[in-house]
Amino acid sequence: MSDTATQAKPMMVVAALNQALADAMADDEKVLILGEDVADPEGGGVSGVTKGLSTRFGDKRVKSTPISEQAIIGAAIGASLVGYKPVAEIMMMNFTTVAMDMIVNHAAKLRYMSGGHTGVPIVIRCMTGAGFGTGGQHSDFWEAWFSHVAGMKVVLPSNAEDAYGLMRSAIDDPDPVLFIEAMPNYWTPSAPPETGHRVPLGKARVALEGTDITIVTYSRMVNEALGAAAKLAEAGISAEVVDLRTVQPWDEETVLASVGKTGRLIVTHEAVTPFGVGAEIAAVVQEKLFGKLKSPVTRIGAAFTPVPFSKPLESAYLPDAAKIVEAATKLVKG
Amino acid sequence: MTIPNGPDGPTQVEIFRRMALLKANDDYTRKMVTGGKLFIPYYSYRGQEVIPAAAFVNLTDQDYLCTIYRGIHDLLSKGLPLPLLWSEIAGRSSGACGGKGGPMHLTYPEKGVMVTTGIVGSSMPIANGLAWGSQLSGDGRVAVATFGDAASNIGAFHESLNMASVWKLPVIFLCQNNQFGEHTPFAKATSCEKIADRAASYGMPGIHVDGNDPIAMYNAMAEAVARARAGEGPTLIEAMTYRFHGHVFGDKDEYMDKAVKAEAIANDPYPRFRAKLIADGTATEDQLAKMEADIQAEIEAAANAAWEAPFPDVAELTTDVYGEVA
Repeated sequence: MSDTATQAKPMMVVAALNQALADAMADDEKVLILGEDVADPEGGGVSGVTKGLSTRFGDKRVKSTPISEQAIIGAAIGASLVGYKPVAEIMMMNFTTVAMDMIVNHAAKLRYMSGGHTGVPIVIRCMTGAGFGTGGQHSDFWEAWFSHVAGMKVVLPSNAEDAYGLMRSAIDDPDPVLFIEAMPNYWTPSAPPETGHRVPLGKARVALEGTDITIVTYSRMVNEALGAAAKLAEAGISAEVVDLRTVQPWDEETVLASVGKTGRLIVTHEAVTPFGVGAEIAAVVQEKLFGKLKSPVTRIGAAFTPVPFSKPLESAYLPDAAKIVEAATKLVKG
Repeated sequence: MTIPNGPDGPTQVEIFRRMALLKANDDYTRKMVTGGKLFIPYYSYRGQEVIPAAAFVNLTDQDYLCTIYRGIHDLLSKGLPLPLLWSEIAGRSSGACGGKGGPMHLTYPEKGVMVTTGIVGSSMPIANGLAWGSQLSGDGRVAVATFGDAASNIGAFHESLNMASVWKLPVIFLCQNNQFGEHTPFAKATSCEKIADRAASYGMPGIHVDGNDPIAMYNAMAEAVARARAGEGPTLIEAMTYRFHGHVFGDKDEYMDKAVKAEAIANDPYPRFRAKLIADGTATEDQLAKMEADIQAEIEAAANAAWEAPFPDVAELTTDVYGEVA
């Protein structure tokens, strides 16, 4: 983080994303935006991420669409095949299910199936996350599904600076990038980005250095992990927090270096635990660092249930700092 | 919009040349599959040749095509070279997709062949995006999505036609109604008599045409292309035809009515159009016979070259999954 950034006024993630899209559109006239309600007459996006863009860049480049997720992703794919760089918004992550064929069978695979004669440089933005009482069909984290598909990249920023830098890299990228925005993080202020800054996809960030245990996480759970690390420090446990930022591809080098140092690993994410990103990381870590591990790799994700509505149930469903503290204490102190 | 006067003599001969290429290629492919030389799931288009042969003479190399797994006739008529086709379906590294796509995913951007999909209905949403690109750049290109009758019952059809109409995209939805969705007859799966009637729901013209009549097919497409190029928006064309074989070549096709099938084959548009061209003096027997012989030789040469070509190196397995990050 630069000196100017630390001194500058904090920025919310939603503003950083808006700035990234505006800067990308100003830099490259091939960048397009499409999705439900994204243009200004429709509100500039339900969370305001695309506010002002259609007014500034025109309604040919920023198009509100029918509620037709297959048609949205299909239009993005087609335009990308002929030189455009569309950023398609699928309002909620759960709505990607309606466009699964376009994303998984087409966007992800056209480069390979064409023997490299075509490519699909699109960004698919979506928001999600429990905590707002949106229940079972508006809150899921499905990054593991998409990370399982060769050809896809999957990005989940945790703060304003990364949201900007990852979005710029995602738009530059030659392949489809699923960009998952944590709704509860949108209005959390953090250090602002520098104009034009890129965060390379696949590169993690050590958010906090520590020596006793590594906590690997991403998206909204980064703040929970940092909160847990502060509590653990009070108990004399030094936790290192690694923010993956990109889960496909994930930064194996940074994770292995950290766990090689601490000998202990917790992977935590808001997605349900079984078959999640934590399982993949745990498998690779035990394979590569088997003799160096001081304790079993532990996963902390959401309960294996649909996201519930009622507040006490929703809170019980979610992983949080307290659950991380409890698990870390047990792993370090036995 | 210009009202077409129909294809002139040379255009009719060109339509026939494409029909001859498509028919001979299907015949030879089935022969190679039957003989065990070619090990592929083959979706024969025999009987449907007129549609792309007559429709696509209205297109330029710069216009875009998204087709489907039963689409090799579309691809050849759009200009996919035979050697690239045959080496691809033989899984060779010299194929259009380096052997990574196969018969269901042939791609050849040099002639506007942007996507071949194995998923029913999925040609349409992507064609919209190609057309959107044309609309933005103002380059006058049109995009064509081909699909079968059964694809008009999938959600992608409805989403795509609606968006294309709202955005006034230069796209043509070309439905090849071959009377079957896989094994299920058209009437058993489709709620309307004519798919073309569905266009009314989306505020676009719907043209119902005999897809086995080269002149009518040419005219229908000419009208749709003129509309698209004039910025007047999309058109749905339902071209009526009949699939001479089962869904996948080699199935028992017991679900196809034998009498109807026999009648369709007896009415094969290929010999009919051939005879018409000779009868009305547009072409001579010698001219067409030579054309057919040349095509046959080209197909066999392409196939023979494919058998001799090397398979991809296994190192190719993991390339082209992702592009180079600049």
